[in-house]
Amino acid sequence: MTAATVDRDTVSGRRENPHETPKRRVLLHAFLIFMAIVWLFPIAYAIYTSFRPYAETNRLGYVSIGGTYNLDNYLNAWNRAELPHYFLNTVIIVVPAVILVLLLASMAAFVMSRYSWRANVLMLMAFTALNLLPPQIIITPLYKMYVMLPMFSPISDNGIWYDQYFSIALIHIAFQMGFCTFVLSNYMKTLPKELNEAAVVDGASVWTTYRKVIMPLTKPALAALATLEVTFIYNDFFWALILMKPGPKLPITTAINNLQGQFFTDNNLVAAAAVVIALPTILVYILLQKQFVGGLSLGSTKG
Amino acid sequence: MTATTTGAPGKPGAPGKPERRGRYSVLSRRDKLTLGVMLGIPTFLVFFFVLLPTILSVVLSFTNWNGITPLDRIDFTGIKNYQTLFTKYPPFWPALTHNLIWLAWFLLIATPLGMFMAVLLDKNIRGTRVYQSVLYLPVVLSLAIIGFIWELQYSPRQGFINGVLGTNHQGNIIDWLGDRSLNLWAVLIAASWRQVGYVMILYLAGLKAFDPSLREAAQLDGANERQMFFRVTFPVLKPINMVILVITIIESLRAFDLVYVINKGLNGLELLSVLVTNNIIGEAQRVGFGSAIAVVLLCISLGPILWYLTRSMREDGMQ
Repeated sequence: MTAATVDRDTVSGRRENPHETPKRRVLLHAFLIFMAIVWLFPIAYAIYTSFRPYAETNRLGYVSIGGTYNLDNYLNAWNRAELPHYFLNTVIIVVPAVILVLLLASMAAFVMSRYSWRANVLMLMAFTALNLLPPQIIITPLYKMYVMLPMFSPISDNGIWYDQYFSIALIHIAFQMGFCTFVLSNYMKTLPKELNEAAVVDGASVWTTYRKVIMPLTKPALAALATLEVTFIYNDFFWALILMKPGPKLPITTAINNLQGQFFTDNNLVAAAAVVIALPTILVYILLQKQFVGGLSLGSTKG
Repeated sequence: MTATTTGAPGKPGAPGKPERRGRYSVLSRRDKLTLGVMLGIPTFLVFFFVLLPTILSVVLSFTNWNGITPLDRIDFTGIKNYQTLFTKYPPFWPALTHNLIWLAWFLLIATPLGMFMAVLLDKNIRGTRVYQSVLYLPVVLSLAIIGFIWELQYSPRQGFINGVLGTNHQGNIIDWLGDRSLNLWAVLIAASWRQVGYVMILYLAGLKAFDPSLREAAQLDGANERQMFFRVTFPVLKPINMVILVITIIESLRAFDLVYVINKGLNGLELLSVLVTNNIIGEAQRVGFGSAIAVVLLCISLGPILWYLTRSMREDGMQ
């Protein structure tokens, strides 16, 4: 069932309904169109405002049409607030974090789902429970650990874990591990158990079974999870807020909190910045929508 | 972790349950070592970065550590932090109330609306894909960006809403995000903008697993749509309802980014999560006291988490 959820079409539930009358159909569509407009409006308005110079909105008011439209707000946000620099910080954190969390979670899920030790169920429960905790529960001791733990150069430029890219990536890896393991083990459970037996008969080691038999079959789930995790980690605001200095090393999502007020002095600039920073995730969503939705479905429905 | 390296066959599962997976006698010593490492590294990371700090939060909540004095000179002060928290710390009760309002709003408005949209969009209607994509769009945005996007709507002089209402001039300004009696509701609308789509997608996944023959049978029996949902669909989809309930509760307790971006969680937007962080990033670090707030949050979170895990375990056992 879980495996099928990814591949099956989102609208496969098409069926005729005898209660559907033309009048109800019109009402339904009117309601849906209303909802769609309400839902799109905040984003559409942000995009619209981002193209209007401050002087124009000042003259005509924000709720108005006309005047000039240009890219000045984007140029200002991009250059003055040094957005490319913060984007790079995000890449330095997101790329290793996503690769490692998928690698490690797939190994854990492999052991938990393909070998039925009693402890595996408990482990999976512990992983899931810890993953559901609000991050604020662990932040105080974690912050003190990050300030006290030593780390050699060049991995850390200040001798400790605080304010470092590797340590932010690590907390992402650890905190996302539960969700990824849960999703992947649900997926792996749907693969026939005879695969393992066949591999054993062929004399394959555990590692070979994982690498050559199970992992290739898990690719759809991995692709879905990678899409989700890139977005989750890109969007994270909290870890870097507490575990990094407010400064030039921050990833983009956290950095905007400091840029607000400092560089983004009017709503037009705020709008341009919001659009620029939202753009990567919106693009990922548009291009990989199936993966995105599939990943969430995998996490919520199981066999 | 020790369990993984012993390599002993698992005890038989629930009584009467057939042994499902492989034989372990065939595993070589090297294979067992491989399995131990494959499970050991992820487990270490999760335990070191998540479980250990959770336990430390509980331990530190009984101390008055200020984060500076050496670790070996920490004083244990019993439940003093909790007494202070419940009786002498003004923001605590407002924050707890706001968390509960947040939860009630999500449970009664945002989540049901998301489920309702899922039920509507699960039908054979034109453009269902487009509607789904539109409603889901806010879910891919960070809550920090959602804060920005809604500030464009709410801000006093430059915001869209006051522009439309004409309340953006000196004297008649409605300060949606600054007025204590309004701002929590304004933020909840912004939060729901995301939550509705999230719940909708999860519920759509659940609805796909719904057996169409049940629907047909109910239709033959003359059930109308309302009866269909409340008497057939909803009870059958109990597992996904559980997931959605847990996610709704957890999201309400995790709420942080949105209020922090808007006003750092002050002046009517206090939440437990914000109080925890205020005690570490503020001027004076109060590690012990901040941990006590975290433990209150932990106690509230553990209820639904453990309930969900035991229920889903039991259902697994019955399959």
